[in-house]
Amino acid sequence: MKILVAVKRVIDYNVKIRVKADHSDVDLTNVKMAMNPFCEIAVEEAVRLKEKGTATEVVAVSIGPKAAQEQLRTALALGADRALHIEAGERVESLAVAKLLAKVVEEEQPGLVILGKQAIDTDNNQTGQMLAALANMPQGTFASEVVVEGDKVNVTREIDGGLQTVALTLPAILTTDLRLNEPRYAKLPDIMKAKKKPLESKSPADYGVEVASRVSLMKVETPAERKGGVKVASVDELIDKLKNEAKVL
Amino acid sequence: MSILVLADLHEGELAATTAHVVAAAQQVGGDIDVLVAGEGVQGAADAAARFDGVSRVRLADHSVYAHQLAEPLSALIVALADDYTHILSSASTTGKNVLPRVAALKDVSQISEVLAIDSADIFKRPIYAGNAIATVKSDDALKVMTVRTTAFDAVSEGGSAAIEAVDTVVENTQSQFVKEELAQSDRPELGGARTVISGGRGMGNGDNFKLLDGIADKLGAAVGASRAAVDAGFVPNDMQVGQTGKIVAPDLYIAVGISGAIQHLAGMKDSKVIVAINKDDEAPIFQVADYGLVGDLFELLPELERKL
Ligand SMILES: Cc1cc2nc3c(=O)[nH]c(=O)nc-3n(C[C@H](O)[C@H](O)[C@H](O)COP(=O)(O)OP(=O)(O)OC[C@H]3O[C@@H](n4cnc5c(N)ncnc54)[C@H](O)[C@@H]3O)c2cc1C
Ligand SMILES: Cc1cc2nc3c(=O)[nH]c(=O)nc-3n(C[C@H](O)[C@H](O)[C@H](O)COP(=O)(O)OP(=O)(O)OC[C@H]3O[C@@H](n4cnc5c(N)ncnc54)[C@H](O)[C@@H]3O)c2cc1C
Repeated sequence: MKILVAVKRVIDYNVKIRVKADHSDVDLTNVKMAMNPFCEIAVEEAVRLKEKGTATEVVAVSIGPKAAQEQLRTALALGADRALHIEAGERVESLAVAKLLAKVVEEEQPGLVILGKQAIDTDNNQTGQMLAALANMPQGTFASEVVVEGDKVNVTREIDGGLQTVALTLPAILTTDLRLNEPRYAKLPDIMKAKKKPLESKSPADYGVEVASRVSLMKVETPAERKGGVKVASVDELIDKLKNEAKVL
Repeated sequence: MSILVLADLHEGELAATTAHVVAAAQQVGGDIDVLVAGEGVQGAADAAARFDGVSRVRLADHSVYAHQLAEPLSALIVALADDYTHILSSASTTGKNVLPRVAALKDVSQISEVLAIDSADIFKRPIYAGNAIATVKSDDALKVMTVRTTAFDAVSEGGSAAIEAVDTVVENTQSQFVKEELAQSDRPELGGARTVISGGRGMGNGDNFKLLDGIADKLGAAVGASRAAVDAGFVPNDMQVGQTGKIVAPDLYIAVGISGAIQHLAGMKDSKVIVAINKDDEAPIFQVADYGLVGDLFELLPELERKL
């Protein structure tokens, strides 16, 4: 079975973003970029399934600017066998990403497609679900455990009330939650080896997909900043403040 | 404008979040229908019919919709979609699971986690863990959106909308429900609680969360946690507050043994009053806390419980 993994290039999760002075967008000049943490978990899961003998090949795909090839090299260093880059602007909307991924799915015929549950920049949490709809496949979102058995995959999902397990008929789409696994770090020899692994580059036009935007960004603002308050010296003072000043007790 | 609200269910009952989504729908303006889809959910439909502002409840009561699996539920909504200009759900795990599928099948975008409605096609939503708020305009004819329920006050009850059965039964051969392990608790639900007390890695282990339970009982509070506490296995995943967990905005949020990473703050910084208890007086959580208490939680929590 082949596994397709979608990885997104995003701002590093440690960076605190700034909004541009003209409120047109956030300022991403010179900020550190990285692979979306949920995508790292997706790559790790695919590689583990290969190590277990469930999967035979892991293909990583990313849609975005040329620089997204860095994240594909990271995926290759973590154990993906080959990579596909579809070069597009910074702001391809989820629906267009899902349409492109659906074309790749048609071409590659993977048994599983693994995506992150959410990209930590736009926090949309939708691409995997959209892909599942377009590819007419079942979906196991927010996965914290994945067990492949014959032509089925059992997925334990993190839901608001606790955990839910579903059985999906393969091929299926999975999106990763935080507790699915703990991704490994790429070792230097693997990083070197990754440079020689195949990385193909294509354009949305090659797939006949229109990436025009349907959602226009009108304004980006900084939310009202919270100001730090006071330190209290004792439990008694805390209770007093909560009762008489904040009036929440 | 005509709006369809997908009702949230919890073990077959109507979840409190739905009243907040109806409030968001009222701000869009227009006729509001609520779709209750599940198995044995007449009671939930009755409850939804009592919300102010609802014109009609559409009830799809069939085993194929049990547990609200994404594949059949999205197919059902798509079958009803032509009647509507807007389809809304809460940004619950059900809404997030189902609505993007609906959007893709209708070839439209989805607007996620809407926290303000400027007009029928202009919305505000948080990005970058809530460190920026984007105003976006949807150019699609059908707007599909999930709503951050803490940003909208629930509608009140007093209505008596008609309940109409939906006979559409879709087929589902792709996915099957296996089991659910739901947290059992007498405490208020985390997303809707007026008071929340959360523990982090500083709690040390799961047993020590009992120190929070006692206080939660006295305050009628829900108990939450940081990701670190969940990852370490102290408490289950449904307690995680943050960018990638639950978003809460209670009147009072008490963070205990939590450092205040941006991903955690994203889930609680809209709380009215924040209290932080931490032994490190430089912990970033103090930068957002209205009241900070520096000290060892193992001494402070028992004292707090006693004195409340
Ligand atoms: C301020 C602002 C607001 C926006 N609001 C919206 C909006 O409300 N609705 C909307 O549709 N778009 C919106 N966009 C466009 C947004 O940039 C794209 O939707 C987004 O880049 C696509 O990924 P996502 O964040 O939706 O991914 P998510 O659905 O959050 O990501 C889930 C997973 O999908 C995969 N994935 C996502 N993108 C890629 C990619 N490029 N290459 C490979 N894998 C990928 C990854 O595995 C990722 O972990 C907005 C953009 C900006 C700047
Ligand atoms: C993709 C991604 C998503 C994430 N999503 C989330 C999310 O949704 N929610 C979330 O919470 N985190 C999230 N995180 C993790 C986040 O970055 C932090 O790692 C996490 O919030 C830290 O948890 P903590 O504050 O409990 O632990 P720590 O940062 O280890 O802090 C523990 C604190 O406890 C204090 N302490 C220790 N002992 C005592 C004592 N005896 N008395 C008093 N104080 C004590 C310490 O001083 C310290 O400040 C995410 C990270 C990533 C990369």
